Amino acid sequence: MQKSEMSFEHSNLFSNWRGWLNTISPVLALFAVFGLFVLIAPSSFATTRNLEMIARQTTIVGVAALGMTMVIISGGIDLSVGSIVALSTVVIAWLLRYTGVNPLVAALGGVAASAFFGLISGLLITRLRVVPFIVTLGMMLVVRGAAKGIGQEQKIDVDPVRLAWLDELLATVPQERSWMLLPPGVWIMIFLAIAMAALLRYTRLGRHTFAIGSNEQTARLCGVAVERVKVLVFTLCGAFAGLAGLMQFSRLTVGDPTVAVGLELNVIAAVVIGGGSLSGGEGSILGTLVGALIMTVIASGCTQRGYPNWVQEIITGGIIVIAVALDRLRHRRAS
Amino acid sequence: MVERIDAHEMAIRLQMQGVSKRFGATIALEDVGIKVAAGEVHALVGENGAGKSTLMKVCSGAIKADKGRMELDGAPYQPGNPLEARRAGVAMIYQELSLTPHLNVQENIMLGMEPTKLGVVRWKQVRQRAIEAIKEFDNPELTPDAKVSKLSVGSQQLVEIARALAIGCNVLVLDEPTSSLTQQDVERLFEIIGRLKQQGKAIVYISHFIEEVKRIADRVTVLRDGKVVGTSDVEAITTDEIVALMVGRHVEELYPRSARQPGQVVLEIENLAGAEKPSSASLKLRRGEVLGIAGLVGAGRTEMLRSLFGLDPIKKGRIRLGVYTGPASPVRRWMQGAGLLSEDRKEEGLALAMSVADNVTLSKLDGFGPFRLVLPSRQDRATRRWLKQLDIRCRGPRQSVTSLSGGNQQKVALARLLQHDVDVLLLDEPTRGIDVAAKALVYRLINDLATGSEAEGREPKAVLMVSSYLPELMGVCDRVAVMCRGKLGPTHRIDEVNEHELMLEATGQEK
Repeated sequence: MQKSEMSFEHSNLFSNWRGWLNTISPVLALFAVFGLFVLIAPSSFATTRNLEMIARQTTIVGVAALGMTMVIISGGIDLSVGSIVALSTVVIAWLLRYTGVNPLVAALGGVAASAFFGLISGLLITRLRVVPFIVTLGMMLVVRGAAKGIGQEQKIDVDPVRLAWLDELLATVPQERSWMLLPPGVWIMIFLAIAMAALLRYTRLGRHTFAIGSNEQTARLCGVAVERVKVLVFTLCGAFAGLAGLMQFSRLTVGDPTVAVGLELNVIAAVVIGGGSLSGGEGSILGTLVGALIMTVIASGCTQRGYPNWVQEIITGGIIVIAVALDRLRHRRAS
Repeated sequence: MVERIDAHEMAIRLQMQGVSKRFGATIALEDVGIKVAAGEVHALVGENGAGKSTLMKVCSGAIKADKGRMELDGAPYQPGNPLEARRAGVAMIYQELSLTPHLNVQENIMLGMEPTKLGVVRWKQVRQRAIEAIKEFDNPELTPDAKVSKLSVGSQQLVEIARALAIGCNVLVLDEPTSSLTQQDVERLFEIIGRLKQQGKAIVYISHFIEEVKRIADRVTVLRDGKVVGTSDVEAITTDEIVALMVGRHVEELYPRSARQPGQVVLEIENLAGAEKPSSASLKLRRGEVLGIAGLVGAGRTEMLRSLFGLDPIKKGRIRLGVYTGPASPVRRWMQGAGLLSEDRKEEGLALAMSVADNVTLSKLDGFGPFRLVLPSRQDRATRRWLKQLDIRCRGPRQSVTSLSGGNQQKVALARLLQHDVDVLLLDEPTRGIDVAAKALVYRLINDLATGSEAEGREPKAVLMVSSYLPELMGVCDRVAVMCRGKLGPTHRIDEVNEHELMLEATGQEK
């Protein structure tokens, strides 16, 4: 009796150690990439200013990737994220320009419109029983079209007076507010990341999401409301994409229906580099953020080193494949 | 047990000597040797994890032994992979089906050895050879163009066997071939085995069913913990002796049966009909009883449980579960106090990649933390109780289910119903593919649940159990009903019926 208790303790320690290693391996990769650029890039690379810039540049992809992580864990995929980001900027700009609402309401309006399109995706996937890839591929075009329609194929400019705090989300922190360390947008991402990580780990919705991704049939057998969870997951993903759109708007200060084309692929790449599995059941928020950071670090390092854009792209592509290959290798070892 | 030496020795087809294999710290095989002669059916028995399958995977090239020699017809034989083994004439039919569900029967049978001309598949030949291989089974479901995913599990297994036959193999390894076959298909398979025997093939037959072994095998080798504990002519050994060798001790009464009083009716169905099957099913299930559903694979028993549980559509009929009437989704069924154990542990019963704790608690994530949160530490605590009570062998609640043996996986699936504390247990083939010790535990558990315990304040539960294994239904159930072609027959008290009568009813013959 005593002995079996002991062995449990031991095994717990062991499996925790394993799990811990699994979560930090993307972090190690991040340090490796970062270290490499510290060595080869100009000395300006490792400055706090540059670090802050990396954090800012990660935010748009990072926020959208929070929702995508959940979708991918559930075994789905969402290709409409880039279009939703564009839609969100357009909706916010439109509300600011043509209605008298205050900036907060405009921002929420953008997020709500985005969540609505996520909801539509979720409903189509569960009601029509069409795979997420196809439904969201369609939604990618539908939403892009809607964004262009609202903007009448043009950018929507906003009177700077009406912007209030909206353009400060990702701006460099001014001297008098240096206590903030990071721009508010980055803080928003960090808080949401913590909330999402907790949601995935400690709530019914989170556990059900993992179960559906791991084995949908089992989840259904066990009384998980599979359809409802999926709709919720896609709605959340839409909302996060809308929030990423808010960040995008904050940088552009105009509503641009042609912005963020192909962004969804960066977002998916972040999740996958961070250990998410496209067959579902696996993925973590920490991993995803690290994945997004790795991509920004490469971009920033390459820019400072003076590499042209095409080199960056080749390196990023290589990293995606290598990261996933390593991940599979580790899995095979473990099993 | 005396080694038999006779003229047979001359025609040894397959010989394995001193085979050892380790997986990490686990010794799977230790100095194992068997000889199989031409025209011999050699049974390999042992509990799950005894090393039977590992031994045969070595034989068929799926894994490499650390040590040991193999000979095929006197020549050294060292397959590097299953393909080489097949080319050498050793075919293995695995316990887990290894078919490609999207392809049709003929494509599956000839997969990897399609006759070609200038790289183009000669479909006429494919078809011809496939037809030749399946005509032995005389099963109407099996046509060359049938899509494999549309076939029943039993028929799928036949495709797999047909594939091995089509190779024209000299050594045929069958890993639990009958575990999901209907009685008729089993008979046909035995016929085919007899024919192959006459053709001088060597057949290794892995099975849990000792009755089967006694029936068709010439020799039997018993494995325990990776070692050979005995080899004998089948005629020279009794069933009890084989079981004793397998478990290393005498199994106490396999089917315990406590005195119990059936209580009120908790599940009542009337003229239930699903989309295709069942066509008509009526039954009453009481607290404190085990009701068995016998029948052939494909008779509609699984579909009945599934439509009852809201997993398959219901066309007509009335269902009452406790105080609730009418159809309901699985979510509702769990809330209403019913739980279903799936017959398909790997595809449906368990989320294999998830942990033991997640699988046990998935149906009810209540009470594991404040504010409806689910704290992993509390999930683990609840799970540990079942690990102990059901003797589930694993490193701990966080181990993923994939790495557990079949018996332990099944216990995890059962633990879910216990953790949920359901009143009505719907068990679909609860002992499929698990070893004798695990079976004994499942039978004890079923008896325990149906009996309840006043001392521990446990009310008797109601158990509805589907099984294709008649001895187990006879041993466990209080009443039994037979389903034949979607129609559920009347229930019989277990002491008023025998296996033979049930089999007649299952095959649609009047007494």
